[in-house]
Amino acid sequence: MVLALLYPLGYMVYGSFRDWDPSQSLSESTFVGLKNYITLWNDPNFHESTLVTLKFALSVVTVEMLIGVGLALLLDRKLRGMSVLRTLFILPMMIAPVVVGLIWRYMYHPTLGVFNRGIKGVGLEPVDWLGQHALLSVIIADIWQWTPFIFILSLAALQSLPRSALEAARIDGATGWQQIIHIKLPLMMPVLIVTCLLRLIDAFKVLEVILVMTEGGPGLSTEIMALRISRTATEFRELGVAAAMSNYLLIMLLILTVLMLVYNRYMEYRASRAMRVAQEN
Amino acid sequence: MATDTQQSQHPGFYAIVVMLIIMAIGPIAIMLINSFKLDVDIISGTSGLLFMPTIQNYETALCDILPYELDHLDFCALKFGGAFINSLIIALVSTVLTLIIGCMAAYALVRFRFMGRDTASATTLMVRMVPPAVLLVPVFGLWNNEFCIDKASWLGSWIRDSFGGRGDVCLAGTHSGIILIYIAMNLPFVIWILQSFIVQVPRQLEEAARMDGAGPFQIFFKVVLPLIKPGLAAAAIFTFRIAWNEYLLASALSDRDTKTVPILIVNNMSEFNVEWGVIMATGMLLAIPPIIFTLFASRQIITGMTAGAVKG
Repeated sequence: MVLALLYPLGYMVYGSFRDWDPSQSLSESTFVGLKNYITLWNDPNFHESTLVTLKFALSVVTVEMLIGVGLALLLDRKLRGMSVLRTLFILPMMIAPVVVGLIWRYMYHPTLGVFNRGIKGVGLEPVDWLGQHALLSVIIADIWQWTPFIFILSLAALQSLPRSALEAARIDGATGWQQIIHIKLPLMMPVLIVTCLLRLIDAFKVLEVILVMTEGGPGLSTEIMALRISRTATEFRELGVAAAMSNYLLIMLLILTVLMLVYNRYMEYRASRAMRVAQEN
Repeated sequence: MATDTQQSQHPGFYAIVVMLIIMAIGPIAIMLINSFKLDVDIISGTSGLLFMPTIQNYETALCDILPYELDHLDFCALKFGGAFINSLIIALVSTVLTLIIGCMAAYALVRFRFMGRDTASATTLMVRMVPPAVLLVPVFGLWNNEFCIDKASWLGSWIRDSFGGRGDVCLAGTHSGIILIYIAMNLPFVIWILQSFIVQVPRQLEEAARMDGAGPFQIFFKVVLPLIKPGLAAAAIFTFRIAWNEYLLASALSDRDTKTVPILIVNNMSEFNVEWGVIMATGMLLAIPPIIFTLFASRQIITGMTAGAVKG
């Protein structure tokens, strides 16, 4: 496993210091030091796609968390056919991202698409979905695909909550909202944080959906970093630069993950200390 | 939000549920409907449901493996049939291999206290963190330059011997090249999931089997494996799904003969004049296996997904 994961990564770090063309093997390429990194650091296009990536990931995760957890809270009740419902909800996640992109590209189509037909039917101006509002459209497609993931996970968390705490709260006269804010959400927190983390990591990996829908365009408005890496490697044939870019992306993800875990530990630590103080009193 | 009224459901609640269902499967239904329409119907299509259903799109898509000649087509431009077979080979082989390696490794990790459980979960998280796009460069470089016929790298010659690639090529462009990267990508996750199932197998059961004279391999195959079947199913579905759906690495590693379905779809999308009907039909073909899995094994999928997050 170390061989399969670390060797390619080491190979890439080594390659990122070189001026490297796909037709050469790595040892034939010339050593250029930090040039690739510095070029990227000053490249406005790279800044743009970093910004797009961050915007995409943050908005997607925020909206999905809100909707997903909200739906889980709403649908957490005894209901016949809940398993059928869950099955239907996970369908969007299971089908290929390429197909998801395909479906949404059709639905966003300026004249054929479902959305614009509906808008025209109501009598409004058609919207240029994949042109002017490309980023928003891509975000909506991703929300469609991945909200169920958060929904399923938070539903599982909700249903494994201790019933006794909820009973006690109800007997004490807590309203629905109070139960949610003071009991359910804090108890779900560990799962929610892990879910959020997984989703955030995945949001940086989205590539096929955007590739099929917009190919990064118009301009650079939806060119997230993963897409830019693959284009640098395959279209512009600059493997060294692509490797350097990959390292930037990895570092960014690593920082995010570590921050999240540290925050998680900190919260646990605070909770345990509060518990101890409460016991001592 | 009346979460405390467990008995009587508000009618608005059902409205929300129905709306959610429509939102979840509506787009897929649109694709399904359009795959049975001719392009003329899609473009003119004022009425969504009134049309003559036709399987012509599917015939066009699969023209290279159909046994009979098609009337509406004089040249078979799309090679979706071949790509479909490629996808099947790659996904099935990588799933089977990953499961075999994965369940043995998981068993070893749990029973022989080889490394801690944390190692597997940390690796899983790390592998999950690495985007496929990041793997693209090293994999492309390695597969094209290092893992070749030249005996410079022992791994290259070993893989050629054991998988039997075509003598004079690199690992890139062969089925085994793509399969190998999928195994590497999925293995940590599979080990992790299977571990959590193997831990629940009671030790007494294994000891009883040993008393009755079963060897270690018999114990593993006859006692442990049947007990962790749900885990195996979950792991298999996830591995298959990733191998089946993956686009980027496959596009970097495949050549003309080993293209998978996602690559062909993307290639045909980026052309100027999109034939929506045919594209939808191929998309549907690509989506059918995961949909079947979901409908028949949703319980396992949800188990796998929640095990991933809740126990993490």
